[in-house]
Amino acid sequence: MDYSQFLAMKQEIGLLVVFLLVFLYDTFMPKKAQNSLSAITCIFFGLFTLAGFCPCLSYDANAFSGMYETSAVIVAIKNILNVGVLIVLIQSIKWANSESQIMRRGEFYELLLVTLFGMYLMISARHFLLFVIGLEAASLPLAAMVAFDKKQYESHEAAVKYILTAVFSSAIFLMGLSFVYGLAGTLYFDQLAFAVAIEGSKSVMLIIALIFVIAGIGFKLSLVPFHLWTADVYQGAPTSVTAYLSVISKGAAAFAFFVVMAQVFGAVYSQVWEWMLYALIVLTITIGNLFALRQRNMKRFLAFSSISQAGYIMLGVIANTTGGLGSLMYYILVYIFSNLAAFGVVAAIENATGKVSMDDYNGLYKTNPRLSFAMMLAMFSLAGIPPFAGFFSKFFIFTSAIEQGSIAIYVLVLIALINTIPSLYYYLLVVKAMFINENETPIATFKSSVSERLGLWICVAGIILLGIVSCFYSSLLELTNAM
Amino acid sequence: MDQITSVLILALPLCMFLLLGVFGNKMSHKMAGILGTLGMGVTLILAYSTAFTYFFSGSELFIDAAGNRLQSVVFDHTWLAFTDNLVIKLGFLLDPISAMMLVVITTISFMVHLYSLGYMHGETGFQRYYAFLSLFSFSMLGLVVATNIFQMYIFWELVGASSYLLIGFYYTKPSAVSASKKAFIVTRFADLGFLVGILILSFYTNTFDFVSMTSNPQNVLASTGGAMFMGGSVLTWALVLIFMGGMGKSAMMPLHIWLPDAMEGPTPVSALIHAATMVVAGVFLVARMFPVYLMEVTALEIVTWVGALTALYAAIVACTQVDIKRVLAFSTISQIAFMMVALGVARDTIHEGVGYMASMFHLFTHAMFKALLFLGAGALIHAVHSNDYTSMGGLRKYMPITHITFLIGCLAIAGIPPFAGFFSKDEILVAAFENSPLWGIWMTAVAGLTAFYMFRLYYRIFWWNEPDYEHHGHVPHDAPWTMTLPLIILAAVSCVAGFIPFGELVSWNREAYHIHLNIPVAATSVIVAVCAIALATVMYRKENSLPDKVANSVKGLWTAAYNRFYFDELYLFITHKIIFNLVSRPIAWFDRHIIDGSMDMFATLAHKASGAIKGLQSGNIQSYVLIYLMGALLIGVVTVVCVVIL
Repeated sequence: MDYSQFLAMKQEIGLLVVFLLVFLYDTFMPKKAQNSLSAITCIFFGLFTLAGFCPCLSYDANAFSGMYETSAVIVAIKNILNVGVLIVLIQSIKWANSESQIMRRGEFYELLLVTLFGMYLMISARHFLLFVIGLEAASLPLAAMVAFDKKQYESHEAAVKYILTAVFSSAIFLMGLSFVYGLAGTLYFDQLAFAVAIEGSKSVMLIIALIFVIAGIGFKLSLVPFHLWTADVYQGAPTSVTAYLSVISKGAAAFAFFVVMAQVFGAVYSQVWEWMLYALIVLTITIGNLFALRQRNMKRFLAFSSISQAGYIMLGVIANTTGGLGSLMYYILVYIFSNLAAFGVVAAIENATGKVSMDDYNGLYKTNPRLSFAMMLAMFSLAGIPPFAGFFSKFFIFTSAIEQGSIAIYVLVLIALINTIPSLYYYLLVVKAMFINENETPIATFKSSVSERLGLWICVAGIILLGIVSCFYSSLLELTNAM
Repeated sequence: MDQITSVLILALPLCMFLLLGVFGNKMSHKMAGILGTLGMGVTLILAYSTAFTYFFSGSELFIDAAGNRLQSVVFDHTWLAFTDNLVIKLGFLLDPISAMMLVVITTISFMVHLYSLGYMHGETGFQRYYAFLSLFSFSMLGLVVATNIFQMYIFWELVGASSYLLIGFYYTKPSAVSASKKAFIVTRFADLGFLVGILILSFYTNTFDFVSMTSNPQNVLASTGGAMFMGGSVLTWALVLIFMGGMGKSAMMPLHIWLPDAMEGPTPVSALIHAATMVVAGVFLVARMFPVYLMEVTALEIVTWVGALTALYAAIVACTQVDIKRVLAFSTISQIAFMMVALGVARDTIHEGVGYMASMFHLFTHAMFKALLFLGAGALIHAVHSNDYTSMGGLRKYMPITHITFLIGCLAIAGIPPFAGFFSKDEILVAAFENSPLWGIWMTAVAGLTAFYMFRLYYRIFWWNEPDYEHHGHVPHDAPWTMTLPLIILAAVSCVAGFIPFGELVSWNREAYHIHLNIPVAATSVIVAVCAIALATVMYRKENSLPDKVANSVKGLWTAAYNRFYFDELYLFITHKIIFNLVSRPIAWFDRHIIDGSMDMFATLAHKASGAIKGLQSGNIQSYVLIYLMGALLIGVVTVVCVVIL
């Protein structure tokens, strides 16, 4: 075996090094030094994130006879995820150092890094075996993270729901894969693409395999009707874990989904999966919105909002072009900043007061103007109000879908556009609660910790700058177009 | 020109705005004022060096072997690429008029920054005031260096917004609030025309870029393919609509109504925005697009008519106003109209397009002496605490510096040699005569009126009868040095600016040419001006009953002019009586019942639907998994049926 091919996996190796350092620090350092574990993890991971932007990583290579691939685009999506993880790590410092978590925070960081490793594999995999390993590595440790609040009943319930649904969806996914293997006799993406093209769109077996594969990844993306676990899990899990689930896990899955669909099943795009995805997108955006309308618990509310956001992300997949991939990556980037800002505020308030109901947010502006302001920006960005980043990401993903050109897609974009109206309504409900609604006993003024503020400042800067500084989108588009 | 300097010219005021806007409340007044003034001072130096390099370095970037100046795009950054055709760029275009505007804007802005240290001393919101001044300077600089119409439009709106903020600076005063609202609405209304014009033009030419449009105006004409719309060519429509944006900003009739009210803002702001810089944006816009305007003479004729009517109207109204700032406001409208007329009568075939040069020359000199007059008025108001000349009089003894500098300003605007206004106005009159004797005589008459109302104002303030100042508690005196220094500098500039060989620097096709005085035209205009001043002297030097007699003898005209020919009342009538009743009310009804009604219906439906499907989210994991599987199978089966069987 040629061991030099491991060198293609520089980012995975880097991540493993970070993981090992954190693990060793956690295990062997004296108790006194343990207090700085959170900071150490953030610093290590921050350095690793920075190193990811080194241009020397951006080259095309593959390993293990084509099972693993890296390229400039793949490095870029990993960097985007890294930035998101870094923000999650910074935001979670206060929670991880709280009385109830202090014994276990080492595991939190280790599990988190392991799932990220799994996502890396999913993104880079060009063989379904490696893909499944990645998928599982990204799913199973998450169940442990969801169950992190040991003393909370909801946390347990959420973990059980999560693991059961995950196992079920894995089974469905593997069944789909076995059909695929049965058809083609291989699991390499490039060889499968040939086999799919030969098989053609009239094959019942292929269609069933396809819907099972979509359902398997659709679980991670919480596409309707594979989404039902989402709200319960988001609500029950610790807020930092929810934040991680809703942006990082979703972002990685969206990218991997695009790769699988375009590279493996590209040949049956217009006959088969365009229509499957079409139905899923309409369902996801609409049902996500309809449920979000009536939520009063902030975490549940954000769960449904993130379901409908996933529907918008899928517009980049249905475009099935390099431009679509560029818009999808940009959408993920913007979504990371906007959603993490929202979760950052929710977490800060929960850590300080334990309140998560929207009614508790009434009159927040009077007592905590800065937090309200950050939340308002997050809501504006998620709703797609210009000039914030969310407007541009929606605009570009709509444009890339429309460029595909068929009337049906125009109708789809129209449906998505109409759906922005109820979404505007429920996002603004939060803003209204904070700024307009009166409250006799508003949440008292509190000072959030340095780490929480730092995380929010980063997010706010991203929301404001990612849109109006145009080089982010154009450089992503340049990368994907060069593919 | 290196890019860093040009970026800094824009970035410095912007940074000052952010700095003072965000952290201003934590600074002392003094600190904020000095910071803002220093920032502007550095911008001034950078702008001067840029303009100097452009005009005098002789670099082949800026001037070719034949002595023609070139348009130099220092940088042009693609900001937003929405689609392949819809690309918004931000850049820095250096050519004679933008270099000249850099000098004008930074000079006046710096003077106003300095002056405001004294004038705004102790006002609440002092830091906010300086932040807004910086924002305005940034927007105006961005406007003049724009490389494309879209960038200009963005900065155009920013200028409008910062003007709104500054007019409404005293936001506790209802009159200031309504004035700022009025200014914003009127100019926004005009900008609607601007935007439509931009869209028409770019639809045909597929470009927003100034350089490519103005270097080959024939292509612009050809690209429209002779399309017609309602009796005019499409290009004429586009240009007239773009000019409409200019009419709003430059307060041309009938969109002038906001400018007199805008005097509610602090006086230095009036000097900066409503006399020297923002209000000439419309003139600048037409000048920027001038080669394209030359393709459609009809559009230029409209510009001339609007300008000439406005000039006459504003000059007549200025003769009757009592509030000194309003006199200056109408005088500004009238003088900007002069510039518009100069552009309107300019033709490439007549006298090397002298009107264009004259217009820019007058823009330059007018900025200097009108800022001087406004800052002088500010000093007077500061001393007397009133805007009315009725509470002034005989002030020459108490405020000698203000008196001398104000007199220089009046002489300059009246067109008395050797002050600056004489030279630029002379060129405008030459251009008007060369186009048609009608415009020549018309504008000479307006110039006479200008001399009359300015000296009427001068005599009423500094001579006439002295009210009992001691009775009012304090005797007026000259302002502190921060306020008088700008007056002295601007007065000095107003004395010498006329001798600048402007034709060598700025011309419509950027070829240098030599200005020479046209003796008959110059002599006529000077004689008219001197007669008008003599008349003003007779009427207003000492308190007498002559003005009242004159006013009574033409009572109808006088009252109408005093009420600004009822333009505001006309607007109120149209908006309140006609638009509100006939248009707004039915629309409001439709909105309330039909639109809101159907929206309410949708909202109810959405809530009902939301309630109907809430059973899906039962919390029961078995049902979750069942729906998961059934959903997948359903989609699979439907696809099989549709693709394979059908």
